[in-house]
Amino acid sequence: MKRITILAGHYGSGKTNIAVNLALKMKKDGFDTVIADLDIVNPYFRTKDSLDRLEESGIKLISSEYANSNVDIPAVPQEMYSIVDDKEKYYVVDLGGDDRGAFALGRYSDKIKEENDYEFIFVFNKYRPLTPDALSAIEVMREIEAACNMSFTAIVNNSNIGEMTDEEAVLSSFAECERLSVASGLPVLFTSVSAELYGSLIKKAENLFSLELQKKII
Amino acid sequence: MSDMVLMKGNEAIAEAAIKAGCRHYFGYPITPQTEVAAYMSKRMPKIGGTFLQAESEVAAINMVIGVASTGKRVMTSSSSPGISLKSEGISYLAGCDLPALVVNVQRGGPGLGGIQPSQSDYWQAVKGGSHGDFHNIVLAPASVQEMASLTVKGFELADKYRMVSMILADGTMGQMMEPVSLDIESTFNVEKPWAVTGTKGERKHNIVNSLFLQPEELEKKNFERFERYKLVEANEAMYEEYLMDDAEICVVAFGITSRVAKNAINEARKQGIKAGLIRPITLWPFPKAALYNAADKCKAFISVEMNMGQMIEDVELSIRCKKPVHLCCRTGGMIPAPEQVLAKIIEVNEKEA
Repeated sequence: MKRITILAGHYGSGKTNIAVNLALKMKKDGFDTVIADLDIVNPYFRTKDSLDRLEESGIKLISSEYANSNVDIPAVPQEMYSIVDDKEKYYVVDLGGDDRGAFALGRYSDKIKEENDYEFIFVFNKYRPLTPDALSAIEVMREIEAACNMSFTAIVNNSNIGEMTDEEAVLSSFAECERLSVASGLPVLFTSVSAELYGSLIKKAENLFSLELQKKII
Repeated sequence: MSDMVLMKGNEAIAEAAIKAGCRHYFGYPITPQTEVAAYMSKRMPKIGGTFLQAESEVAAINMVIGVASTGKRVMTSSSSPGISLKSEGISYLAGCDLPALVVNVQRGGPGLGGIQPSQSDYWQAVKGGSHGDFHNIVLAPASVQEMASLTVKGFELADKYRMVSMILADGTMGQMMEPVSLDIESTFNVEKPWAVTGTKGERKHNIVNSLFLQPEELEKKNFERFERYKLVEANEAMYEEYLMDDAEICVVAFGITSRVAKNAINEARKQGIKAGLIRPITLWPFPKAALYNAADKCKAFISVEMNMGQMIEDVELSIRCKKPVHLCCRTGGMIPAPEQVLAKIIEVNEKEA
């Protein structure tokens, strides 16, 4: 387990959901876990939505005091420096979408690279209209890397169509994710699926990660 | 399944506009609608269209007037305070009888208010919202799929009646993600002999203008325009009825609150209360006839809104105050919970026995 796990990708690809679930899993596995919300782009649907669940699991959340408020202030708290300063703890860092969101990581990237104990994950969802294939996803990857001055080290396949996601939707995403893996030279860490689908897919696919906590919209 | 994608409401509006043949977008960023502009900035250059981030909302709406004058499909989008800035231009569009699409992804107000969702621009949208005698066609989507389909519909109605169509959404509709089929296209196209496209020396020049030197002329123009509005009212009202066949309590809600209301109605039905929903899809023209007819069958109405009670006035007018109308609301960026709406249904059911 790397000390710092950073999630980035096209906005709406599912970074926050995976970040929260990863943090829960790491905590369960015995790591002293902190989740850091570095999203300076998205004003709605933040890590803070899961605050109760995180707190009851003993996971600390570092987040802007303006998240989920009535103002749109792209600020990060001073405490965010603990990502690189507090080496006793394990961090899951949730970046904002696209290159705009990745920009915030640039402040910390030199120290993260210097310590060299991190995983920088690109979250891929082939059902997002602007990243339907490896080529368009690579374009977004390169923009993000340029914005935060760091290179990705892995890919997570989070291909889903919301509540319409079925087995076939997940299985048919593997080929494109593999193309992205070959084209970028990066390994696919896992494919994330809802807890409901996990049970049936586990017989048909490898390397699955069950998302226990799902966001519900009215 | 293969043609489904996962989209934010704001993105669905943008992609649907492109599918409807819109190649000109002018805007200015404001939360919670910025994804419309962000999406357009990525897509328009790839398809030979124009994306332009103007220096202000006022500039953007005036660019819309320019393109609309040439008869091309054109749009702008913003959120509440930005729509107020555009309102002068919206009046000029109406005064020039120009078709255009304006998107309002509402946030809390008045003033700068806040970035959380709201429906408090209802009055502004359905009563014209700017100076002069005029209406806009106002469409209220309640799903990401409808954000797409009503965008196409909005362009078509705008062209058909030479009016501004407004998509009146809210922050939640704009930000939430749902599966969408983009298998949509615009099949309706009208000739635009009035468009300013150059005479090539072959015809008399067209004039797009909202200034009339003689009051008689302006009056005649306004009378003509309102004859057209009568046609819109007679032909274009859209609504959805849910469990209305035997309903005694009629809940009226549009957009995101209609989804909350449906959950509450389902729960009320489990408790033996005959509740139903009328969801206006067009807010102007308001589905007056559907509500008027419901007034004979139902004992009371409940207007569920994310404002201090604005649509409730149109509900009362539509049913000619035949039955009591109650208000269930949240404001300031808050969304009503199904439990709050259910409690109101129970309360009204007992009170109006």
